[in-house]
Amino acid sequence: MADSAEFIIETEHLSRRFGELLAVNDLSLSVRRGEIFGVLGPNGAGKSTTIRMLCGILDPTSGRGSVIGFDIAKQAEQIKQRIGYMTQRFSLYEDLTVSENLGFYAGIYGVPWRTRRARVAQVMELSGLTARSKQLAGTLSGGWKQRVALASATIHQPPLLFLDEPTAGVDPVSRREFWEQIHRLSAEGTTVLLTTHYMDEAERCHRLSFIFHGELLDVGTPDQIVERRNLSVAELEVDRATEAAVLLRARPEVDEVAHYGHLLRLATHDGTDAKTLAESLLLSAKFSVSQARSTRATVEDAFVSMVRSEHQNREQEGRT
Amino acid sequence: MNTRTWVIAHKELLQLRRDRLTLAMMIVLPLLQLLLFGYAINTDVRHIPSVVYDQDRSAQSRDLARSLEATGFYDFVGSVNDYDDIQRALRGNRARVALVIPPGYASNLARGKPAQAQLVVDGSDPQTVASATNTAASLVALRSTEILLQRLQLSGNGFPGQPITLEPDTWYNPELRTAVYVVPGLVGVILTMTMVMLTSMAIARERERGTLEQLIVSPVRSVELVVGKILPFVVIGYVQMTLIFLAGRIVFDVPIRGALLLLYALAFLFIAANLALGLFFSTLAKTQQQAMQMSFFFLLPNILLSGFMFPWEAMPRPAQLLSQGLPLTHFLRIVRIITLKDGNFADVRVEVVWLSAILAALILLASLRFSKKLG
Repeated sequence: MADSAEFIIETEHLSRRFGELLAVNDLSLSVRRGEIFGVLGPNGAGKSTTIRMLCGILDPTSGRGSVIGFDIAKQAEQIKQRIGYMTQRFSLYEDLTVSENLGFYAGIYGVPWRTRRARVAQVMELSGLTARSKQLAGTLSGGWKQRVALASATIHQPPLLFLDEPTAGVDPVSRREFWEQIHRLSAEGTTVLLTTHYMDEAERCHRLSFIFHGELLDVGTPDQIVERRNLSVAELEVDRATEAAVLLRARPEVDEVAHYGHLLRLATHDGTDAKTLAESLLLSAKFSVSQARSTRATVEDAFVSMVRSEHQNREQEGRT
Repeated sequence: MNTRTWVIAHKELLQLRRDRLTLAMMIVLPLLQLLLFGYAINTDVRHIPSVVYDQDRSAQSRDLARSLEATGFYDFVGSVNDYDDIQRALRGNRARVALVIPPGYASNLARGKPAQAQLVVDGSDPQTVASATNTAASLVALRSTEILLQRLQLSGNGFPGQPITLEPDTWYNPELRTAVYVVPGLVGVILTMTMVMLTSMAIARERERGTLEQLIVSPVRSVELVVGKILPFVVIGYVQMTLIFLAGRIVFDVPIRGALLLLYALAFLFIAANLALGLFFSTLAKTQQQAMQMSFFFLLPNILLSGFMFPWEAMPRPAQLLSQGLPLTHFLRIVRIITLKDGNFADVRVEVVWLSAILAALILLASLRFSKKLG
């Protein structure tokens, strides 16, 4: 294995099979100490399965991995003591109060009895939960539940934190506050690995990975990932936008045409300039383009483009 | 005991304290069942409604009817005048027994000839038939002996009394009260019900709400999780047991004779066996509802086969063999031997061996299924 001081998570050819389904296929990735590492992928891509294997609660079918220097298959118990994990559904005890929930997890993770109360108070203070310490977790709204869940997962100050879709179903303001907490933890030296469907969140990660059908498609900083797709993006204001979209989509070099209010957003690959293509195509088809401007490609553009081209590859493989 | 076990037990207690309904059920249910079973299960049939079809209409025939009524087993609710009336009375459940005294009963008796009487019994309820015919048969047998003895004495060459006498002497429950038999057994039935159900649901609830996954990724070991979760229920089991004994004492005057310390110590084996079983169920159930259904499904054979309701000796061989695998069967014997007969450890040691073996098997089964890995 490479320099273990640099990488807190390392996997080599990790695979997991559930009967016929290959949920994770030959996954090799490394996560640096202290970074916020995002895992992106459509539903069912194998993100949760990967996290479960890294936490040591699911054995890989083949391949190997190490987390904080421990083998995920053989030293699961050592890993469990040193990580924090927040499941998709913020699994709190709804019939316990906020402070009881935190106290319980503090006890489970071996925070000594003498310092437990102080640690719970400290975490509540940091997460802004002090005023709600006596409230039953079941009566909290989604955003507050998520805060308690994050506080529970970090009560023992783990060096590595796994978050499985931590912001699903949470309002934008709460999400923003949540990300403040994530960056605070990261600044304190905690490594965070999280899965998400929100592209704005993906751009807040230090590094990203794309997983599709259990396979790793790309890893890098958000900028690197966008750059590697080599996309050209344009925003157009055009009459009969729906018909224009149909026309544009028919072209092979077009990755994506999406409606944004009155605007159409067009992404192309293979070095084709989106704005030039759109103007020449639409004008020759007698559309009136009132406005067209080139714009920066985003992680979302890259993600959609990657999933589209993978789909096409698979379909072609299926035909041949 | 380790800290994490206590942390989990403490959490269970906190949750239990908030769940007032379950808490109330755990106290009220045993008492309700006690009253229900204590009053309703009564296998000694008395005051059977009966009719008389007296064709003889003599002093002797009336005397026979009166002496039957005097046993307390028959209540004569009326006289009828033919067999059709008898049929109507039995069919409409107005009577279960009909005494038919044919004409010539008194005159046959007087002439020293065999006199006949008939007892028509509603056989749709076998328990009643047994009580009704046995009582009447022994009464008539007694009467006949008396008459025979009188005649022998009159003829001058008789015995001074009956040739053989049998003096029945019932120990441990001289009045043959059902409650004395049922109440100690009820301790076992209620513990089976609540212990299996509570544990299986407690784990299924964590699975249902997703908190189990959160615990599985934590450093908690299976043993700590299991022991911590069931510890509070062991305490509840003992509370229920004490409650039933006390209420049985007060309401039904059920005596508790034996070594209570021994009983409480052995009850631990039984409670632990039920908790292990509940745990096993929880590994099969995905939801609390499934766990509850499994617990109820398990309760039925326990009530039927353990010897709680029906005598174990009367069961067919396969049922007896099956019932040996139920913890309740052995605990019932232990609890009855100790509380009713003041038995000591030597008297129950076979049952203790059985119970320990079942417990070991259940723990093995539950821990094999209860793995901390998800896949």
